[in-house]
Amino acid sequence: MKPTDISNPDYFHKVVDCQWACPAHTPVPEYIRLISEKRYTDAYMINWESNVFPGILGRTCDRPCEPACRRGRVEEQPVAICRLKRVAADYKSDISARLPQIPKRKNGKHIALVGAGPASLTVARDLLPLGYEITLFDRDAAAGGAMRTQIPRFRLPVEVLEEELNYILDMGINCRFGSEITSMKSLLAEDFDAIFVGTGAPLGKALNLPGFEEAASNIHTGIEWLANVAFEHIDSIGETVIVLGGGNTAMDCCRSSKRLGGKDVKVVVRSGFDEMKASPWEIEDAMNEDIPILNFCVPKRYLLKDGKLCGMEFEKVRREYDENGRRLLIPTGEDPLILPCDDVLCAIGQDNAFPWIERNLGIEFDRWELPVLDKTTFRSTHEKVFFGGDAALGPDNIITAVAHGHAAALSIHLLCESGDVNDRPADLTTLESQKMGIHQWSYDNDINHDVRYIVPHAAKEKTLNDINVEVELGFDEDLGYAETQRCLNCDVQTVFTAPACIECDACVDICPTDCISFTSNGEERDLRQRLLAPAENLEQELYVSDNLGTGRIMAKNEDLCLHCGLCSERCPTSAWDMQKYLFNTAKAVNA
Amino acid sequence: MSYITKPKFHHPQLRKNELGYTRRDYEGTLTTLCGGCGHDSISAAIIHAVHDMSLAPHKIAKVSGIGCSSKIPSYFLDRSHGFNSVHGRMPSIATGANLANRELYYLGISGDGDTASIGLGQFCHIVRRRINMLYIVANNGTYGLTKGQLSATADLGSKTKSGEESQYDNIDLVSLAIDLGASFVGRSFSGDKDQLVPLIQAGLSHRGFAFIDIISPCVTFNNTPLSTHGYKNTWENNVILSEIDFVPMRKEIRTKYSAGKEKEITLHDGSVIHLHKTSASYDPHDRENALHHVNEYKKQGKIATGLLYINQEQSDLHELADTVDKPFNRLNEHDLCPGGEVLQDINETFM
Repeated sequence: MKPTDISNPDYFHKVVDCQWACPAHTPVPEYIRLISEKRYTDAYMINWESNVFPGILGRTCDRPCEPACRRGRVEEQPVAICRLKRVAADYKSDISARLPQIPKRKNGKHIALVGAGPASLTVARDLLPLGYEITLFDRDAAAGGAMRTQIPRFRLPVEVLEEELNYILDMGINCRFGSEITSMKSLLAEDFDAIFVGTGAPLGKALNLPGFEEAASNIHTGIEWLANVAFEHIDSIGETVIVLGGGNTAMDCCRSSKRLGGKDVKVVVRSGFDEMKASPWEIEDAMNEDIPILNFCVPKRYLLKDGKLCGMEFEKVRREYDENGRRLLIPTGEDPLILPCDDVLCAIGQDNAFPWIERNLGIEFDRWELPVLDKTTFRSTHEKVFFGGDAALGPDNIITAVAHGHAAALSIHLLCESGDVNDRPADLTTLESQKMGIHQWSYDNDINHDVRYIVPHAAKEKTLNDINVEVELGFDEDLGYAETQRCLNCDVQTVFTAPACIECDACVDICPTDCISFTSNGEERDLRQRLLAPAENLEQELYVSDNLGTGRIMAKNEDLCLHCGLCSERCPTSAWDMQKYLFNTAKAVNA
Repeated sequence: MSYITKPKFHHPQLRKNELGYTRRDYEGTLTTLCGGCGHDSISAAIIHAVHDMSLAPHKIAKVSGIGCSSKIPSYFLDRSHGFNSVHGRMPSIATGANLANRELYYLGISGDGDTASIGLGQFCHIVRRRINMLYIVANNGTYGLTKGQLSATADLGSKTKSGEESQYDNIDLVSLAIDLGASFVGRSFSGDKDQLVPLIQAGLSHRGFAFIDIISPCVTFNNTPLSTHGYKNTWENNVILSEIDFVPMRKEIRTKYSAGKEKEITLHDGSVIHLHKTSASYDPHDRENALHHVNEYKKQGKIATGLLYINQEQSDLHELADTVDKPFNRLNEHDLCPGGEVLQDINETFM
C-alpha cells in the first residue's frame, strides 16, 4: 500500500465517525468536550453554526451519527450524541450577543426562499449576515415547515421550536406567509437574484382500497393529519384507530392518536417488524405507550357499517426470498384478520410534488418528478434556481435539509459574487498537538467504561393526557456529564512521523485494541489479514506509513482506536502524537 | 509510566485460547518503565507465548531479582505466582521453589546486572544444577536503574549516553550458559517478536534449564548510535542462526519442511520445534559448534540469535536426585513417615 496521505482533509475526517456520518458534519467530539466542561453556550454555538437547530435536533434528529459512533464498535451502545446536543440547548445561557451582526447596509442582492422549513431557514441564516435581502414564502401561517407540522409537540415543545426559528426570523426577513405560490414563472418574473426551493415532500398518500370512497371521511393521510393537529384544526379522533405504515410518521400518528381520544390504537405493517423504517427509539417509545404493532398483515379492504367505516380486513402473509434475494410476501392462507376501527391513518410514504413549477422554464425534472440537480451546488438546470431539503432529493430528514441549505447558500453567494458556483472554497481544517507534558494531554484521555445512560421520561399518566407535554425530560447536568465521559474523542488523532520511529514496539505492546502493527508492506487485502488483529471493517481505513529503518511499515487499523493516547505516551521519540483535528465545512461566510 | 490505566476495551475478535482466556487476561498492571524500553516488549512476548500455549496462569511461578528487568513480572501474568527476591539471588529462590513443587512452570526474569554482576555466582550454580525452568535475561548492557553506568555485558568499545566507553571485554552469558551445561540456550532481540515468542514457548516446554539472553535496549541510557545494545545496532547486526516455529503438544503438525537445513526437535512433553538453520555448517546439538558460531559472529561485531544450543535428552535436578513424582509440598505425614514395616524393609536391604 502507498503511505497514507494525511493531508487529504477526508482522511482524519473519516476517523471522526460521528462527524463524517452527519450530513452537516457537526464537530461532535468538540462540543461534547465543551458540555463536559459545563460550557453549554459554547457547545450550543458550535452546533448552531453547523446545524442551525440544536434544540430541535437534540430532540428530533434521525441521528445518523449514533450508528456510526466508534463506541458502538468497542461495546454495546454508542454515545447518546443527540441527547447531549439537547443538554447544550437546555443549559445554555442567553446567546443573543453571539449571533452574527446583520449589516444595515445591504449588498443589493435579493433572494427568494420558497417554503419556510429547515433548508430555507438555513439559507437565510447563512446569507443574512452577508447583507442579502431575503423574502421567505410559505403556504402556512407560521415558519418551521415539517419541524412545525410533522413533529408532534410531545416530542418538540413549541417554545423550543420558536426560539430557534426566531434566531433567524429576527435577523430581518420579509415573510410572505399564508399564501401558496402557484407559479414559478411569475416568481421568476419578480426578478430575484436567486430562488431557493425548500418546499419539502408535501404529498401524502392515502391507501385506495375497496370501500375507500364511502369511508373517506374517516381515512386520513398521515402528514396532513399531523399538520392539522399541529395547527389545532383537529383535536380529537375516534376511540379505535388503525395506523398503516411503519415509518416515523406512523409512530407520530399513533402516539398523537393516543393523546386525542384514541383508546385502542394499533399500528399495522405489511412486512416484518424488523423491516420497519421508523427509528428504533421511536418504535420503542410507541410500544412503551402500549401501542401494539402487528406485522405481516396486508390491508385488503375498508369495512363499512351503515355507510360508515367500521373496520379493516387484512390478509396474513409470511416472508420468503426469491433466488435474487428479493423479499416476497406470500399469503399464509389463514382466515383474513378483521380489525374494527373508527379511523384509519395512512402513513405509507410521501412524495415530492411541484405542480406549481411550469415545465417550460428550463427547470428539468427526472422520471421520478424530482428536479435535476448538481449534488454539490444544489443548482437546478436553471441558472438562478436552487433546491434543498426533501424538495431536492426526496424525503429525508432535518439534518440533511440543513446540510443542503448550507451548500445552496454558498452556491447562491458564489453566483452573486463571481458567477461561478463551482469555484468553492476548501473546507476549514486544523490539526494541533494536544501535548501538555510527558503524560498530560489537553483532553481527557482516560477511557470510561460506563454503559449508555437512559434519558428519563415524564410519567405516562401525565403525557398521555396532554399532547403538549414533552415525553423526554432530557439529561440533567449530572447525567449529561456522565454521558459525555463515554465519548472517545475520536477527533484527537494519532499522527505518526515515520522518520522519528525507532521500531521499539512500545505502541504495539500498549495498544488496548491491537490497532498498531509493524510488518512488511503488501496489498491492502493481504495486509489487513496480517495485522496483529485482523482489520475486517473495510469502511475503516488503514493508516500506513513510509518505509521504516528495517524496511517494514507501520500499519494502524483505525477501526477500533480508542484515542486513549497510550501509544503516544509510550513512544520514546514522539513519533506518535495526539493531534486534534477540527473540520468545518466551508459555508457562504468563508467564500 | 502513564497516569491512566490501560482501558479494558479490547478487539472484539480477540482470540480465546483453549482455556477460554484472551491475551488481555494474561496482562499485569500498566508498566512503569520508560516508554520504548525493550523490557516491555519482553513482557508482551511472554503474554503472547503463554496465552498461545493455553497455560493456566496458576500453573506458572514468576521469580526475579532486582533491577528494571526484575520489575517486569508485575506487568504480565497478574494471576500467576510470583516472588521478587534479593538482588542476584533469584536462582536460590527458583531452586527452592522448584524443589518444593516440581509441577509449576518456573519463569525467571533477570537483567545483566542481576545475573552477570551481583548474581554471577548464583547464575553459574543454577545452570550447573539443571533446575527445570526458563531463565530470561533482559540484557541492555547498562545499569538503567542507577542512571546508565556500563554493565558487565557491555561490549568492548561500546559507549553510553554520557560518552563513557567500555574498556573491558563483556561477559557473554550465552557462551557461559552453554559452557556450564545449560541444555537449552537461545538469544533473541526484544524488537523481534516473531523470533522471541516461539523461543519463549520452546524454553517453557523444555525440560531442564532453559536460558534466553534477550538484547533489550535501554531507550533512556543506552540507545545511542555508538552503543552495541541499542535498537539500531541490534536491527543491523542481528544474525539469525536459526528460525524456529513452535508447535505445542496436542496440536496437529501441518507445516511440511524440506530436508537439509530443516530440523524437527521433539521436546520431552511432546511439543515440537521446527528449526530452520540459516547456515548449513551450524549444528544446534553440538556445544562446541554452537560456541564456535557465537564467537565467530561476535568477532565480526554481529549478534548471533535464535535457538543456539539444545540437548533435549539431558536430565534435570529432580531426575538426578531421584525425587518422588509427587511435589514435595503435597507430601503428608504418612508419605514422609511410612511406619516401622517400611523401615524394616529398608534396613533389610543393608543386611
